Amino acid sequence: MSDQAVRALRRGVAALVLAGLVLAPWAVDDYTAALLARTLALGLVGVSVALLTGVAGLPTLGQTAPYAAGAYASALVAGRLSDVGPVQVAVAAAAGAALAAVTVPLVVSARGVVVLMITLAVGELVVTAAGRWRSVTGGTDGLAGIPPVRPLWGMPVLATDRARYLYTLAVVAVLLGVVLLVLRTRVGLLLRAGRDDEARLRASGHRVSAHVAGVHLAGGAVAGSAGALLVVAQQYVSPADFGFDTSALLLLGVVIGGAASVAGALVGTVVVIAARDWLFGVLPGQAPLVLGLAFVVTVYLLPGGERRPAVRGRLLPGVPNRRRPADRPTPSEVRV
Amino acid sequence: MAAGIRIDPYLVPALDGVAYGLLVFVAAAGLVLCFGVAGILNLAHGTLFAIGGYTAAALLDGGWPSLALALVAGTVAAAAAGALVAGLLTRSAARSHLTQALLTFGVALAGGSLLVGAFGPDDPPVRVPAALDGSVAVVGHRYPAYRLVFIAVAALLAGLLHLAVRRTRAGMLVRAAVDDAEMVAAMGVSPTRIRVGVLAIAGGLAGAAGVLGAPIIGPGTDTADTVLLLSLVVVVLGGLGSMAGTLLAALAVGQIQTLGVALAPSTAPFLLFAAMAVVLAVRARLPLAPRRAT
Repeated sequence: MSDQAVRALRRGVAALVLAGLVLAPWAVDDYTAALLARTLALGLVGVSVALLTGVAGLPTLGQTAPYAAGAYASALVAGRLSDVGPVQVAVAAAAGAALAAVTVPLVVSARGVVVLMITLAVGELVVTAAGRWRSVTGGTDGLAGIPPVRPLWGMPVLATDRARYLYTLAVVAVLLGVVLLVLRTRVGLLLRAGRDDEARLRASGHRVSAHVAGVHLAGGAVAGSAGALLVVAQQYVSPADFGFDTSALLLLGVVIGGAASVAGALVGTVVVIAARDWLFGVLPGQAPLVLGLAFVVTVYLLPGGERRPAVRGRLLPGVPNRRRPADRPTPSEVRV
Repeated sequence: MAAGIRIDPYLVPALDGVAYGLLVFVAAAGLVLCFGVAGILNLAHGTLFAIGGYTAAALLDGGWPSLALALVAGTVAAAAAGALVAGLLTRSAARSHLTQALLTFGVALAGGSLLVGAFGPDDPPVRVPAALDGSVAVVGHRYPAYRLVFIAVAALLAGLLHLAVRRTRAGMLVRAAVDDAEMVAAMGVSPTRIRVGVLAIAGGLAGAAGVLGAPIIGPGTDTADTVLLLSLVVVVLGGLGSMAGTLLAALAVGQIQTLGVALAPSTAPFLLFAAMAVVLAVRARLPLAPRRAT
């Protein structure tokens, strides 16, 4: 497949998915509408994964951590403080950003595959902690009986699955718009520059560590607000929503959608999660096997074998006394 | 005995911690090799451990021959699975860490599903050899005999591993590949052979750990995830490629998971997290020491 054909294919899929997303709740039953709302929330987490992995070049498997923090924060706020949607989303975003801030010291100096390892460990540890911290999170039983949400002050509560789906879609659209707008400014340029040539950006006086910390906080906030949407969509939250499988599916969706494209990541994640939910419906026993084979096949079918991976740092962790200096250009990367 | 009274209740968890730590070390050593030599983050590593565990559960019948058989079968099966992962990671499939992570995770997911399909969704019981099934007295406490023997065997394995990496030609090639893979290739050693070999050895280590450790971390649906997480934490704590560091980190993680749980039951997961935060933060402040290969 040539690059152009792939791009056209991606655009076609994106248009179809977007049209389908708006019309979907009228075409399906309530249960599917609720599943789709949860899928959209995961799509928003996919946006945060793409922000870190594709735009900033920091591959992550741990965005379920701020997602979980946001979901639990929003569930607690809904039960005790406020049933207004934007308040819950704001609190959840703050919780996600706070969790990301705690983990920034872990990741700020890591690059490449080490980021994958550390974020994976962080994500798993957060899920374990959520399962043990029974007084706040309800342990592995989760939190149920979350009161319904109001989209804005003074509006009636959302009582149907269709209404909750449309609310989720609206919030996802707004947040995706914000992310896309911010990435069009200087911020997006700086992040991409850091991904493509960190040493050069550093040499020209930019504080790359601050950029990395900032994008982690932003990614955490986006994933946290997705957590608020998850709570609205399924009115229940438990550690099972944030497992390692979820992180890997998100990464698959983001890679399929084109890691550097934030909107593509949303579409890719939605497609992958919807495929998973459908598979578990039709093949209850064999779903993980089919899903695993799908991962392997996807890796072989993905385009772009010759391109340099758009990831900060090298494949191996830094080795200062390596005989071959890292920044000596090899023939494939000579700049003109 | 007067001085021993205060530490007495914590002796058994501390000993458990040593057994647990050595088990995690043998499992994580494979991950260190994969990561250090081939630069591969093998997310299927926990599944390779689970292969060993299920083999032990299926073959052990309480006698010594069955233990030897299970050890050989589990190690060979897991090594073959490791070689399969290496075979799947062709040049185009391994082009970036993202595709590597996706591919190895796909193998883990499919492998886990096959294991559950073959052995059932319940955690199977593991029968250790009858001679080791009892308990022995350790400073006035009853302690499972198998765990004491396990500590000795795992320490022996760790020593052998150290000797193999330091003294044998294969170990030297592996260390050379960590330092300068291109130079090793120029000497006429195929990088593919090294990669496949390392992944197979890593798989074999995970399988051996799975068989010997089955009475400690038994086979089950969560095993793969648990072992992968613990190994990752240990590899990160141990300095990403140093065997000695990995051993220290594994022993520390073992103590956190056993003694830590005994002392402060509710904070154990946070303790692992905190240990990682402290080590990484300290390391980021220090000037980078020249890294020695494995």
